[in-house]
Amino acid sequence: MYSAEKPLIDVKNLKKYFNVGKNQVLKAVDNVTFSINQGETIGVVGESGCGKTTVGRTLIRLYRPTEGEIYYNGKNINDLNKTEAKKYAKTAQMIFQDPYASLNPRMTVGDIIGEGIDIHGLYRNGDRQSRIYELLEKVGLNREHANRFPHEFSGGQRQRVGIARALAIEPEFIVCDEPISALDVSIQAQIVNLLMKLQKDMNLTYMFIAHDLSMIKHISDRIAVMYLGTIVELTNSNELYSNPIHPYTKALLSAIPIPDPKIEKSRSRILLEGDVPSPINPAPGCKFRKRCKYAMDVCEIKVPELKEVSVSHYVACHLTSR
Amino acid sequence: MSKLLEVKDLEVSFDTYAGEVKAVRGVSFDLNKGEAIAIVGESGCGKSVTAQSIMRLIPSPPGRVKNGTIIFNDVDILALNERQMQAVRGSDMGMIFQDPMTSLNPTMTVGRQIQEVLMKHGGVTKKQAEVRSLEMLQLVGIPNPAMRLKQYPHEYSGGMRQRAMIAMALACGPKLLFADEPTTALDVTIQAQIIDLMKELQKKLDTAIILITHDLGVVADLAERVIVMYAGKIVEYGSVNDIYYNPKHPYTMGLLKSVPRLDSHNKEELMPIDGTPPDLFSPPKGCAFAARCDYAMKVCHYCDPDYFAINSGHKAACWLLHEYASGVKENVLRGVI
Repeated sequence: MYSAEKPLIDVKNLKKYFNVGKNQVLKAVDNVTFSINQGETIGVVGESGCGKTTVGRTLIRLYRPTEGEIYYNGKNINDLNKTEAKKYAKTAQMIFQDPYASLNPRMTVGDIIGEGIDIHGLYRNGDRQSRIYELLEKVGLNREHANRFPHEFSGGQRQRVGIARALAIEPEFIVCDEPISALDVSIQAQIVNLLMKLQKDMNLTYMFIAHDLSMIKHISDRIAVMYLGTIVELTNSNELYSNPIHPYTKALLSAIPIPDPKIEKSRSRILLEGDVPSPINPAPGCKFRKRCKYAMDVCEIKVPELKEVSVSHYVACHLTSR
Repeated sequence: MSKLLEVKDLEVSFDTYAGEVKAVRGVSFDLNKGEAIAIVGESGCGKSVTAQSIMRLIPSPPGRVKNGTIIFNDVDILALNERQMQAVRGSDMGMIFQDPMTSLNPTMTVGRQIQEVLMKHGGVTKKQAEVRSLEMLQLVGIPNPAMRLKQYPHEYSGGMRQRAMIAMALACGPKLLFADEPTTALDVTIQAQIIDLMKELQKKLDTAIILITHDLGVVADLAERVIVMYAGKIVEYGSVNDIYYNPKHPYTMGLLKSVPRLDSHNKEELMPIDGTPPDLFSPPKGCAFAARCDYAMKVCHYCDPDYFAINSGHKAACWLLHEYASGVKENVLRGVI
């Protein structure tokens, strides 16, 4: 279904390590391979510290990968010269998690949105202002808001400003890094609907990072489940929820409470023991094995590879590769 | 079942430079012994302030209880002096905070912190407190408790810190436990562990729980009754089944419709509640939800609705339930009005 198309973004064996002193290495992203097609939404889920944000940041060149390549339309984004890099910055944008910390409190909303337009020299003179008004209206704000400062807005409105800023330079690809987790429930749905509408109107490609699995299922075409820097399962969203294969995905899905008392009180959970281990100097073998009740001898020695077990359903687990 | 807590017409305000913020505007509810009740609502709806008023933890000034009574265990909480209140807090009421990272003392070992509670409120000797704190850590499922007692909070992970907080809150066997967004700061797999632990302990120790949260999934799992708050008022309350399967207030309906469900297969658009909550400096004259309500009538903008009973335990404050408004909702849904 997806393999026939030429992917927009191709990530190959991506690794991102951070030096944390005393010869210790934090392996935030450890050998991740996936691709994103034009116009689709790929969801990335996982617990805190699993490397999902690091993947997103590396994709838009906020981090340089330790190893591995990222191809955008066939071009390696880490081999670009200065003008090409600026051009890439115009195609790939990011919406940040915290709408309170990601807007400059000393700039008016109009200037925040206009900054990208100025840097890339789009819409000169009078067009600039009308473009800002157009963007504000597109994200559900008013043109009067352009002269106000971020502190005058609520969380949901600020996130709309963040979205308008990302859209200002007409990107093709947007990394949404937990754009709704800081918002109230009734506002979350507003923002998700807005993002989905904009995607349809402007043919955008999204990478949607979140830990809220029910929301990510709603918005994504395909979902990658990450655990400690590696992708453990990758498939389309309905398949993932109806037929999870990796023991971690199963536990993660069963851990989510369903807002329905009768179902919730009758179903049983797969409880994971313990916590996510530290990504600093991880032990060899499968990273999930210490919390996995099916762990075998081979899991301690060999890292399982991400393999296609059925059509476009990829799993990294020794249980399936036998 | 006997009543443990009765809150009547509670009004709490904060005096700020910009004026008076009416955070809680007339809240009444009661709680039976050993019962789990959930208060849900968006940020700023007054759910935490309600809980903090019951524990008398509202900083004063700027906060003050303007009106109302709180009867806990046949004692009028608001009439107690600070010394008497200290005796109630900790021994009869326990609290679990949202952020386990910041609500533990970083300069004391976890063991000392639990023992402090026991010695202050439980009236036990240091020796007894040491034994009891070890039992508590075991009870909340912390592996290797003897070693963990001697460790500092920074040596604990997020989930373990929340377990330690629960151990501390339950150390003196309180009759009532407040859980203010106990799982919001935790990952889903850890959240599942903590919810299971709370359910198990509620049964084992027969503690009543007031759960404050905005996660409707957690509520469905843990609570027996639900209170829905909006802009400082209770808009609807009832059993979990009443609230989830037969919601009567448009705000409750909106909340339930705006969350996607893991077990549904359709990708239809979510139904958000448009707009934002009202400003509590000058709350609207009529129903606070009227400005965001699809079914708002003229009366809603001028008069605040009273509670209408749907059944003995299920009430909602909405003019749609008035006999004169019968059929309004159906007509709006059909697009007639």
